[in-house]
Amino acid sequence: MSETGGGAEDRQSHSPEAEPAPERIPAMQQILDNPFLLLFLGVTIPTVIYLIWGIMEIAGIPVEG
Amino acid sequence: MTTIDTGAIGAAVPRAEFRTCRFSGLRIEANAEKLIKFNAVTAVLFLALGGLMGLLVALTRWPAVQILPADWFYLVLTGHGANVLLFWIIFFEIAVLYFAGAVVLGSRLAAPKWAWTGFVLMVVGAVMANYAVLRGDSTVMFTSYPPLQASQWFYLSLVLFAVGALIAVFVFFGTLVVAKAEKTYDGSVPLVTFGAITAAIIAVFTLASGAIILVPTWLWSLGLVTNIDSLMYKVVWWGMGHSSQQINVSAHVAIWYAIAAMVVGAKPLSEKVSRMAYFMYILFLQLASAHHILAEPGMSSAWKIVNTSYMMYLAVMGSMIHGLTVPGAIEAAQRRNGFTRGAFEWLTKAPWGNPAFSGMFLSLVMFGFIGGISGVVLGTEQLNVLMHNTIYVPGHFHGTVVAGTTLAFMAATFLLVPLLFQRDIIWPRLAKWQPYVFGLGAAGISLFMMGAGTLGVPRRQWDISLADAVLRFEFPPAAYLMMGLNGISGVLAATGGVMFIVIIVATILAGPRLDRPGAKLAFPLHDKARERVSTYGSEGTLKLPGTIILVTLFFAAFVLYYFVNWKYLSELWLFR
Ligand code: HEM
Ligand SMILES: [Cu+2]
Repeated sequence: MSETGGGAEDRQSHSPEAEPAPERIPAMQQILDNPFLLLFLGVTIPTVIYLIWGIMEIAGIPVEG
Repeated sequence: MTTIDTGAIGAAVPRAEFRTCRFSGLRIEANAEKLIKFNAVTAVLFLALGGLMGLLVALTRWPAVQILPADWFYLVLTGHGANVLLFWIIFFEIAVLYFAGAVVLGSRLAAPKWAWTGFVLMVVGAVMANYAVLRGDSTVMFTSYPPLQASQWFYLSLVLFAVGALIAVFVFFGTLVVAKAEKTYDGSVPLVTFGAITAAIIAVFTLASGAIILVPTWLWSLGLVTNIDSLMYKVVWWGMGHSSQQINVSAHVAIWYAIAAMVVGAKPLSEKVSRMAYFMYILFLQLASAHHILAEPGMSSAWKIVNTSYMMYLAVMGSMIHGLTVPGAIEAAQRRNGFTRGAFEWLTKAPWGNPAFSGMFLSLVMFGFIGGISGVVLGTEQLNVLMHNTIYVPGHFHGTVVAGTTLAFMAATFLLVPLLFQRDIIWPRLAKWQPYVFGLGAAGISLFMMGAGTLGVPRRQWDISLADAVLRFEFPPAAYLMMGLNGISGVLAATGGVMFIVIIVATILAGPRLDRPGAKLAFPLHDKARERVSTYGSEGTLKLPGTIILVTLFFAAFVLYYFVNWKYLSELWLFR
């Protein structure tokens, strides 16, 4: 069966006028292409919303005696 | 052996030895290959040990058999959890990371010395943990909640293991940097690698949470810290305990995509959509750790609901997207392969005799229907009280980590062992049956434990007849039946597990050699295996009648089950 195989169809779908030399990469793709930015987000979000918020609540429980 | 070429392009690039796999076309670097082999084989050994312990646990909880005495039951249960959920799964995940980083990208592995250091630390940790548990003074269950205290060796072993795994994760990140710098690929990484990146990111948070809580707990076991607050422990510990399950999900979804690509030549339906689904995992999946704390009075409802409802549903949406796009990608590929008749020819004519494919598809279906649906029910604050701490909980997670992750990892092993060890699967007939035997057993233990749990049977309980309890309680006969069926399913799952281990070990030691000219694979790959697994590109179609029908079925089951549980809940408190 004929098909183009791999390639970058998806990336170019924003610019239908075939093969523009300096390809502009969409912002979202730039984010997804940066593993260290993703690492930062993936560690910071749960640290703040789950761990830090959770620990603050525990620290705020009044202690008897 | 086929071509060997050296990657010594410039002076700055360290020498690396590559070979090109004759069957898949993938470029495999020697260090990466060796580390993948060692991590995967070690994983399988811990599966053997942990699986045996699982069988003993299931046979003990079968009231008519009750094979172990009480103290051994709790000891073996502790060993079971650690060996399968930590050691089998994480060793295998390191192999997956190295595969998705080095092999899929055609790159050398960054810092192989560090990779070996990580491996050795993990082995030392895993062996030490077994030593601690078998000594008999560390029977603290998988969760090891204080004030239960294990020996110092137990906590130290887990810290060593976590540090080793963290090193391996950073070797993976380093490999991404190397591959980019040495231009082994261009543009965006392939989806399988992106899935591995997701797993690695979650792993960093997981292992860090583990270290944060286990180091003070270790000091406490040494008498250097006087008190560990049990609620604090639970919150931080579950940052590890839950998130590590999300490493599994990300990794096994990446494996689904990889097997679909390499066996039937599937491309992602849409790179964008699948990547966004993984992005949801990165942002939100770890927050769902809070579903383990839903019954704790110390935490506010706001914290619980923000972390489990709003955020978790976004992550669940990610899973549902993969649940649509994986079968969709298979359908599209199979239609391209010529199976176009009706809504389901693509499925009925799929390579069901190939254990990599059948294992992957069974894992996909069972993860969604059994593990996924029950997980959303348990993760809903209001519904959680129905099943909290019953054996429904292990029922649910055997649907995710056994029927889902373990089966997917087994499937991947059938695919990878011939490519890496260059020996073909030794008994293809037996291998053909393995996923069905193990899958049926895994489905059985999941469903019957869930069934017993809805009848109130507790988890981690040696004797449901409560023979020597002060307050008597009779469980209904159906509960005994369920626990018996669970025992039988456990035997079936263990049989499937033994088949897997025997086939893989025998293949590695004595399988027919594949490095001879003219050798053929018993379970062939798709012609375009390398291209499909290692390049960026979308299918870009949604004409998928079969998948749409399957997904509709899934939603119907989901909605029905979810609301049935709300109805049960309404019957807990009768307002007259
Ligand atoms: C032969 C296959 C297996 C059988 C028959 C089996 C059976 C069981 C049973 C009956 C329980 C105890 C439930 C209780 O009393 O609370 C259990 C617990 C558990 N299983 Fe398995 N299992 C198997 C494989 C696995 C695998 C492959 C994994 C992970 C990948 C796993 C993870 C766990 C965990 C984490 C626990 C909980 C331990 C605890 O409560 O501390 N099991 N299993
Ligand atoms: Cu969880």
